[in-house]
Amino acid sequence: MEWSIRLVASASIIVIFLILLFVMREAATLFVSASTTATESTSSSAPSGDLVPESYDPGAADAPSSSEPEVYNPDAEEPATAEPAGEPGAPGQFIYASKNPKYPEIYNPDTGLLPADIDDVESEAETPDTLARQNVLTKLAGDSWQPVGEVPKFGLAPLLIGTAKTTIIAILIGAPLGILAALYVAFFAKRRVREFVKPAIELLAGFPSVVIGFFCLVTVASFIQDLTGVQYRLNAVVGGIGLSLAVIPIVFSIAEDALSAVPKTLREASLALGSTEWQTAYRVMLPAAAPGVFAAVLLGIGRAFGETMIAIMATGNAPLSSLSPLEPARTVAATIGSEMGEVVWGSEHYGVLFFMGVILFVFSFSLNAVTELYVKKRLIKKFQGQ
Amino acid sequence: MMQTSSSSMPLPKRLIGFFAVTIAMTAAVAVLGIILGMVGSFISNGGDGVTWSFLSEFPRNNNTEGGIWPALAGTTFLVLLMTILGVPVGTATAIYLTEFAKQDSWFARSVRFAVNTLAGVPSIVFGLFGVGFFIQFMGNGIDSWFGTTSFGDGSLLWSSATLAVLTLPVVIVAVEEALRAVPRDLREASLALGATRWQTIVKVVIPNAVTGILTGSILAVGRGAGEVAAILFVGVTYSSESIPSAVTEKFMHLGYHLFVLSTQSPDVDLTLPLQYATTLVLLGLTFLLNLTAILIRSRLRKR
Repeated sequence: MEWSIRLVASASIIVIFLILLFVMREAATLFVSASTTATESTSSSAPSGDLVPESYDPGAADAPSSSEPEVYNPDAEEPATAEPAGEPGAPGQFIYASKNPKYPEIYNPDTGLLPADIDDVESEAETPDTLARQNVLTKLAGDSWQPVGEVPKFGLAPLLIGTAKTTIIAILIGAPLGILAALYVAFFAKRRVREFVKPAIELLAGFPSVVIGFFCLVTVASFIQDLTGVQYRLNAVVGGIGLSLAVIPIVFSIAEDALSAVPKTLREASLALGSTEWQTAYRVMLPAAAPGVFAAVLLGIGRAFGETMIAIMATGNAPLSSLSPLEPARTVAATIGSEMGEVVWGSEHYGVLFFMGVILFVFSFSLNAVTELYVKKRLIKKFQGQ
Repeated sequence: MMQTSSSSMPLPKRLIGFFAVTIAMTAAVAVLGIILGMVGSFISNGGDGVTWSFLSEFPRNNNTEGGIWPALAGTTFLVLLMTILGVPVGTATAIYLTEFAKQDSWFARSVRFAVNTLAGVPSIVFGLFGVGFFIQFMGNGIDSWFGTTSFGDGSLLWSSATLAVLTLPVVIVAVEEALRAVPRDLREASLALGATRWQTIVKVVIPNAVTGILTGSILAVGRGAGEVAAILFVGVTYSSESIPSAVTEKFMHLGYHLFVLSTQSPDVDLTLPLQYATTLVLLGLTFLLNLTAILIRSRLRKR
């Protein structure tokens, strides 16, 4: 009997291996066969009028405005019409949610080429066969993400930049708020206040991410635009704020646990020596709980870069290589979430999306391993050493 | 006492002290303010939209009118099936960890590490796992072995299975906490009376941990009901003529419905009232579930 329950208990371990194995297995098609690329590129070079890639809503095809893929931005018309039509825009000038019915997808942030110039590009790079045989790794190292088109480009750089941008913003907002709120709840708040504030903040962890994404899309985005007058309604800052709402409850509860776990004797000793409550909290308790607070921030980072729905809905979703926080960004997770739905199963694009899944998995696994193995050991050592 | 020590300090230090306490309080108030602002905006904008007909009607006219009944039903089926698939495994794991495992054994440490890792894996990776393992491997495997055709595609079954895996850590942690709260004396008394270890678990430990198992299930359901990323390509659909009648059918989901309405619809502004109402229903559902779990848990902790 014990063995059967032991077997069930090992399910978690088995699942970890299965995730790694099967996500990698689908990504492996990328490195094994390059022949599938040809079929995908022929299928996507269908008459451009019917070509509606990246439209998640098959219902939109019935609607009159069928040529609006990726319209996450209800106000997209404004910047798009504000742009001079004939002039090739500077990098970042062109909005991803293109209204051009002919080439809805084609957009190159580097050259700033507009759809009108696209024929030149095709004649220059008319070697899909050699490109198909090109090493996958060099493709992934490219600097533009353009998965659908005559010559698909799978450069991960813009996506990694977008992920880093939004994650950093989310942590810069979320970590201080979470840690300070934890300090307040652990040391300054009266008991009755604490018993209300703590569950209230923990309730935020239960907010579905799609709800937070919706809130950013309709409310935060307008608020930020009214406040700063930015050109793009949805940008990395709005996305970062949204992600910080997912980060705060995690940082808060882990930091609060760590702060409460510091032995009471430390606090009493500090107070007995004549220091005030705030000196004790900031200079004795916070340093003592530092490894735990560090773990809280690490897990917050893990949540921020892996979050999908908020990133899809609030960042503007354009794969730009720009470092500016006020321009749209697209994260790795959001790319998987928004492109997996209409990709040809087994194609190169499919393999690349799974490969990005492997990246996400390995990254979150490493973060967790660091917090588990390093931080917890240090915490134990610290308190037992004292 | 704190008053005397701070008044004996020089003014700059007192100012720093005031600032240090105020900034921590401001952070807490800010977070609460955001939560209240969010909930308030949903209630004021969507409160009127949540009517009986909104809850009980099918969407009409390409999701621009009507209600959310199939999404509500789909979400309910999804979390029920998820609970059936996931909670027994999670409960068994928690029982193993608290009742059988030696706490520092290699195997127990590995299980704990795996559970923590699983809790940190991004939900979109679970979605890819659902495609790679459940649909491609298991579904296509079943289809080719038994000659069926319905398993090799996204469905209610594979979505529930994916969510069951995703919510496994939630269940394990909650049940483990409940099992640890069962006093050691009860176990020892049972063993002293001649009961076997297994009898002790079934007759003494589990009945005392039922509330914990319930909490774990509720938390898992709350998480599963709001999770969209993991099921995006594992069987959810944006429009459905009927509520699913078999586990191999596709289904509508509240969260995905909101996502589609707010980002994929041709005229986003037109459906804004519907979006707010859907948000309010989804949030109300998860809110109630989480609140119930928190209340049960705090009662458990006091005991």
